[in-house]
Amino acid sequence: MSTTKLGFIVQRPPYKSENPKLALTHAISSQSVEVYLNDGDIVTADVAFIGDGVLNCLKNQKAMEKYALSSTETHIKNSLLLDLNVMVCKEDLDRLGLSENDIVMDAEEFGAEVTTKVVPFSEITKMMEEVNHLLFF
Amino acid sequence: MGKLTIGCFSSLVGSMSLDFAVKLSAAAIEKGHKVDFWVSGNGTMLSIKGQRAFKDYSALMKPVQELMGKGLTITACEACAEARGYNKENTMEGFKRHSMDWYLASAFNADRLLHIGGE
Repeated sequence: MSTTKLGFIVQRPPYKSENPKLALTHAISSQSVEVYLNDGDIVTADVAFIGDGVLNCLKNQKAMEKYALSSTETHIKNSLLLDLNVMVCKEDLDRLGLSENDIVMDAEEFGAEVTTKVVPFSEITKMMEEVNHLLFF
Repeated sequence: MGKLTIGCFSSLVGSMSLDFAVKLSAAAIEKGHKVDFWVSGNGTMLSIKGQRAFKDYSALMKPVQELMGKGLTITACEACAEARGYNKENTMEGFKRHSMDWYLASAFNADRLLHIGGE
């Protein structure tokens, strides 16, 4: 029985490229990875939004209305529903004049019990040091 | 010998990242390491068969086929491929197609994971 920890770092803004959404869909796939592993082995996924990547977390995205696409917001809510550790860099929110009021903090309507954590960058670097592998998107 | 998992999300044409990743795979295999190669997003373009080699464009079908012959495991994200019209019928022989959890499962016991993002 062992655990491999993966850290997904999202740096790019939403909708300009596919990267942020791929980060979330890959992170979410950690929930079904057991089919490839031995009993008891697991892969965990922590997701951190930094730099312009924090813009992915804005509330009330209109991706479905404008592009007929599922929004990054929905993917973040699905991540919370699946108990992924979702972190957002506080300094980068401040830099963009954003606060917890502007971003997806929970997914109560989905039945999620965990919430987004707005944390200082030092906490994100701590996570980055603790994981086995880092993936930058 | 170790195991290297490489994920590449960049397109075959328009970026040199896939070229780099394939060359890195070749070097690792040459040294006796095991390499799992995952392509997702625009990187799934690498999986299409019938690529024509022009000198002005990256052409990686032949080196990929040679590496598969040397033991390279290479897999495309099935959903990313299907979204682009790359289906099972036009996928290069030996190129696997799986969901994203395959990549994470490969990372589970990799000595190193090298993730090369998209455009």
